[in-house]
Amino acid sequence: MTDASNSQASNGQAPNSDTNLTGARIGVITFPGTLDDVDAARAVRYAGAEAVALWHADDDLQGVDAVVVPGGFSYGDYLRAGAISARTTVMGAVVEAAKGGLPVLGICNGFQVLTESGLLPGALMRNEHLRFICRDQWLRVENNTTVWTTRYEPGAEILVPLKNAEGRYVADASVIDELEAEGRVIFRYVGAEGDHNPNGSLGDIAGISSADGRIVGLMPHPEHAIDALTGPTDDGLGIFLSVIDSLLKV
Amino acid sequence: MARVEVDVVIKTEILDPQGKAILGALGRAGHSGVTEVRQGKHFELVVDDDISDADLEGIAEHFLANPVIETWTVRRVPESGL
Repeated sequence: MTDASNSQASNGQAPNSDTNLTGARIGVITFPGTLDDVDAARAVRYAGAEAVALWHADDDLQGVDAVVVPGGFSYGDYLRAGAISARTTVMGAVVEAAKGGLPVLGICNGFQVLTESGLLPGALMRNEHLRFICRDQWLRVENNTTVWTTRYEPGAEILVPLKNAEGRYVADASVIDELEAEGRVIFRYVGAEGDHNPNGSLGDIAGISSADGRIVGLMPHPEHAIDALTGPTDDGLGIFLSVIDSLLKV
Repeated sequence: MARVEVDVVIKTEILDPQGKAILGALGRAGHSGVTEVRQGKHFELVVDDDISDADLEGIAEHFLANPVIETWTVRRVPESGL
């Protein structure tokens, strides 16, 4: 595996590369077929933490303070998107650590891995209209009290890329009711009526959290929106800044 | 060695857009009389003779299917079926 921090340093794109301003260490998992680990690690460094590369076969999380499960097509989406990744050695370690309060963020395929591993309820299914969707997407931050969202104003609307074919959030009606009642719908698709929901997700749900707000999963990609040079906005950076804030408070 | 077949299908209350697309295409292709299509997965396993029904059920429930969105059936195929 390529050392992401070295590759970033060599092309000069990440001003904060190799500098850990906060002392926080955030793991970024790579499975076979993961695509967005490099951008996720870059976002971690932009926010001022050290990005620690974790491999699917690792049973040691190297003492990281939080974990990002990034997007891509791990294991080729075989069986179900995220299904095989959820049963890897490293995810066994993540599930154990999450029980002890380790903050975990799942983005896109990473969100699928978190639902398949049982860390978050529900499932992500084929988009209603069967198309792979790639567009910049407005989201409303519905809850800014999770460890991953404190940097946002209540009800803030953010613009980040969305790219998936299996992003339709589904769950039993009782689970949806529970998520809504407990404020665990964290990100919701917003925008022009009729076009705002890209995939048929129930309740326009783009992202949810665990009951304690320490585990968050979302389909859109905040790690691709951390500076205006390479993304539509820098709206996504707040997610990484938020978790670092929470780590520094501990 | 024994053979086991597992069929997995999306729950009826959950939208299956692939099934809907197939249904629409069937009509356009002139195959009338089909009113619903649901697409699923079919697995053929070759297993040790001593694997228990409980083990097979566990494989189906915890790996081959996702109980949140799918239902499944497990069937042992008789020896003559090999």
